[in-house]
Amino acid sequence: MRNTLVIAGKELQGYFVQPVAYVVLTVFLLLAGWFFFALLRQFDEMVQLIQMMGQTQQLQNMNLNTRVIDPLLHDLSIVLVIVMPALTMRVFAEEKRTGTYELLLTAPVRTGEIVAGKFIAAACFTLIMIALAWIFPLILMVFGNPEVGVMFAGYLALALLAVTFVAVGLFSSSLTQNQIIAAISSFGLLILLFVISWPAEAGGGRAWALLKYLSLPDHFSTMVRGVIDTSDIVFFLSVTIVALFMTQRSVESARWR
Amino acid sequence: MIEVKDLSKSYGNFVAVQNISFKAESGQILGFLGPNGAGKTTTMRIITGYMPASSGTVVIDGLDIFTNSLEARRRIGYLPEIPPLYSDMRIEAYLRFVAKLRNVKRAAVESAVDHVMEVCGLSSMAGRICGQLSKGYRQRVGVAQALIHDPPVLVLDEPTIGLDPRQIHEIRELIRSLAGKRTIVLSTHILPEVSQICDRVVIINDGRLVLEEQLSEIPAGTSLEEVFLQAIAKETNETTLSAEETLEEVGAGHSN
Repeated sequence: MRNTLVIAGKELQGYFVQPVAYVVLTVFLLLAGWFFFALLRQFDEMVQLIQMMGQTQQLQNMNLNTRVIDPLLHDLSIVLVIVMPALTMRVFAEEKRTGTYELLLTAPVRTGEIVAGKFIAAACFTLIMIALAWIFPLILMVFGNPEVGVMFAGYLALALLAVTFVAVGLFSSSLTQNQIIAAISSFGLLILLFVISWPAEAGGGRAWALLKYLSLPDHFSTMVRGVIDTSDIVFFLSVTIVALFMTQRSVESARWR
Repeated sequence: MIEVKDLSKSYGNFVAVQNISFKAESGQILGFLGPNGAGKTTTMRIITGYMPASSGTVVIDGLDIFTNSLEARRRIGYLPEIPPLYSDMRIEAYLRFVAKLRNVKRAAVESAVDHVMEVCGLSSMAGRICGQLSKGYRQRVGVAQALIHDPPVLVLDEPTIGLDPRQIHEIRELIRSLAGKRTIVLSTHILPEVSQICDRVVIINDGRLVLEEQLSEIPAGTSLEEVFLQAIAKETNETTLSAEETLEEVGAGHSN
């Protein structure tokens, strides 16, 4: 446990001295701000239009949660697909390239501890990033009257999604010493998680149902709508655990080759 | 202290190391010699548990590096061929990290860091960023991280490579001063280095052991160069040419 925390602490400090992490953070928040601005403006336009037409009844249906936060979170999930591989690509690949991998693997530390430490650090950084994006719900709460519970569920979904992406990114990074290869393969895996159910849309037997279960957007949308279902949380946690397990195997494989 | 037995390692069809056996007793400095590409780094990586052997065993202080890996690794300090520095960390922070990674007790971390910085002449450099260090200082930080947990076994892969003559002298002095209670294995292709600091020499060529001897047993008047070249020439006649090349390299090393 101490080894895990030692590695996590060192890695987390590393994120705050690396330009890549700041670029990821900036791109994520800038785009989030832009989406928020756009969605809010559309919302405002529509409210004014409805008022001009005097249909006050309709105003009851205008909802900040479904019109602003819901699409914002969906947009951010796509932004994460693009920026998370950039954040995680160096985690193992760079150590292999610079030779520090030799230090890690000859230290009296288990490979599981190495993987856990690196995962905790990357997940912490990502959660900080998502916590900063909580500024948008705050703005809405000051000037409007959104449902806090639903927004909370949505952000929980985004956090789970991001942590899953971290685990997938670590796995890709553990396969290679080339950061570009790591980034592109984790990008591919993340996209696959989004489209994996497509062949099953036409229906079919049990095997197709499994593909449908693996479809990430379904689980994400349910939570963003404010429904916290255990099966959705289990989905994100299982993908994370499987990816971390595969990472551990991949790091450990240096010892059997 | 270190016992290597019938060690072989192949990568696919390429055999890097073949049936190497040697021993280093406690307190000895063992020079691991061989031309470039002879399998020195591979052997050292296996000894330190970085990669497994295809066959054969390595026993450190009675512990097998493969089956009892964590305990065995605890006893080793290792300087790889390229010093394993994190380029965005400061020297002090880096050494503190390695100390914790090497299971130095929490209360002893600061004193261990101060101690190795002093021993390796880094005290005035504590705040410098590893990525901006010169080759010589990178090497010193590499030695410092290998020493930080006061290991009974030190494995140094070409510790003086790429250093200027004064730095070579300093590192050699440092290694000599570290001996005594420690067992040190150091690889090099600079012969005078071995005669200056080692007690025992192991020569490998083309992945095979060609000589294992106490330096004191080498007859007076015979230089290590002759022993080395003879040992390698005996192997196969074809390798004589590359041995001559090695001699030139040795000459260059000597003039340092």
